[in-house]
Amino acid sequence: MNELKELYREVILDHNRDPRNFGELNDADRVVEGVNPLCGDKMTLYVKLHGDVIEDLRFKGTGCAISVASSSLMTERVKGRSVGATLDLFDKVHSMLTGADVETALESRRPAPAPRRAARRSRRLARACRGGRGLDGASY
Amino acid sequence: MRAAADRGTAPRLITDVHALREDFPGLSQRVHGHPLAYLDSAASSQVPQPVLDAMLAQQAMNHANIHRGVHELAERATRAYEDAREKVRRFLNAAEPEEIVFTRGTTESINLVASSLGSTLLRPGDEVLITWMEHHSNIVPWQLICARTGARLVPVPITATGEIDLDVFERHLNERTKIVSIVHVSNALGTVNPVKTLAAKAHAAGAVVLIDGAQSAPRQRIDVADIDCDFYAFSGHKIYAPTGIGALYGRRRILEAMPPYQGGGEMILSVTFEETRYNAVPHKFEAGTPNITGTVALGAAIDYLSRIDMAAIERHEADLLAYATERLAAIPGSRVIGTAQHKAGSLSFVLRGIHAHDVGTIVDQCGVAIRTGHHCAMPVMQFFGVPATARASFGLYSNREDIDQLMLGLEKAVEIFA
Repeated sequence: MNELKELYREVILDHNRDPRNFGELNDADRVVEGVNPLCGDKMTLYVKLHGDVIEDLRFKGTGCAISVASSSLMTERVKGRSVGATLDLFDKVHSMLTGADVETALESRRPAPAPRRAARRSRRLARACRGGRGLDGASY
Repeated sequence: MRAAADRGTAPRLITDVHALREDFPGLSQRVHGHPLAYLDSAASSQVPQPVLDAMLAQQAMNHANIHRGVHELAERATRAYEDAREKVRRFLNAAEPEEIVFTRGTTESINLVASSLGSTLLRPGDEVLITWMEHHSNIVPWQLICARTGARLVPVPITATGEIDLDVFERHLNERTKIVSIVHVSNALGTVNPVKTLAAKAHAAGAVVLIDGAQSAPRQRIDVADIDCDFYAFSGHKIYAPTGIGALYGRRRILEAMPPYQGGGEMILSVTFEETRYNAVPHKFEAGTPNITGTVALGAAIDYLSRIDMAAIERHEADLLAYATERLAAIPGSRVIGTAQHKAGSLSFVLRGIHAHDVGTIVDQCGVAIRTGHHCAMPVMQFFGVPATARASFGLYSNREDIDQLMLGLEKAVEIFA
């Protein structure tokens, strides 16, 4: 049961119940859809850029708690950041989730803890990555 | 009557399936510290020891290519392979072993018919009739051949309970309907369709009838002569055999008129660069070296099932379905998806405010294996307005303790998400 408590920590449940930046963005510069055909999760990410800065972003869709919460956390984390810094963050989180670079990521900065724990469960990886993948797509 | 003779010689059948659980070594393990409660047999059933033994024996001592060699091992392998064909014939009550084609499973069986029959039968404007409750494997192959031939894929709507309304079905039949392909037991809803009646109506309209038997083959006695279908497709790994092997029953005269599905060895009589003469059915549809060990295992699984009264399996699973449905009703926020009068094998459900994947993850931690997602039936999910469901499904080895364990897991999920 410890694993469950760790996976469904309050931060996940909170962001799942009340996802931040949830909904559409009418004046978005980029709209990207992320679909996982395996489980049918579907997320749409809306990004509004001001020059090189992510001025606003929102997401909507359906998915499990990990998928929704990680998208919600991601939007909080990158709002107001530059595209370059966001891509940098994406790379770090991605390599952390795929286990390629956990130690480096831990040393360099305090990582987003919930997705890291989620990543222990490999089949959740795709979901935790999804928000980030959408973001990656939106920035090109 | 060959079929009657087959059945007449049958020894006393096992009518109490409870003790059979011990035959399945996979079920005695612990998962995440709990005894495994395997409730995902609709996705793939566990394999009993006699089937595992048969696979090992075949692979260890009889390994050779079939239909090619004169040596002893090749003879043995060929005999084992063709014996399995006869076992499948008996299992389905087909008239002749030549009407049984080995495939990788239900999906390949349907693709074979869609591709081969569809390419010669379908003309622009013709219709292929399916239903809204089909698995993707009984949708996409038809979409592909419709795109190639200009025919139209027509899905028959289902009712709010997840059933086919016979009048609605009949209204969708017309002189353009060339093929009707219907699932026998829905994997996403558990609905048992009246395939004999549907086949008769489809035949009356002049259509060829295929039955997707992936979920029905493991849970009821199948009689293709009684259903009077032209094709029946099923998978080994849902009837206690390994993955990668299945079969297609096809009415001989239709199979003989169909062009080959794939080209290669085994399916030919003679080859020159100018002309190739094809082998007789069923070999015409079995290009290349097949999954010999899988085929032998499928035969062993049928041997295993042939010792058991299929009606007893049906009763046992019906009891489990009723028990699970009743227990689930007591879980706050639960809703059953698919409430057909006649259901079998599967209980599909959602819990309010909890995504099916979270349900699946939480019960997994309690040692319970269920399927979550769209069950390869996205139109069904769309129809019921849910992104995904959780599905508990049963095998002959399932018992009430498995369901009790699932309910503990579901209570845990409700507690976490409260």
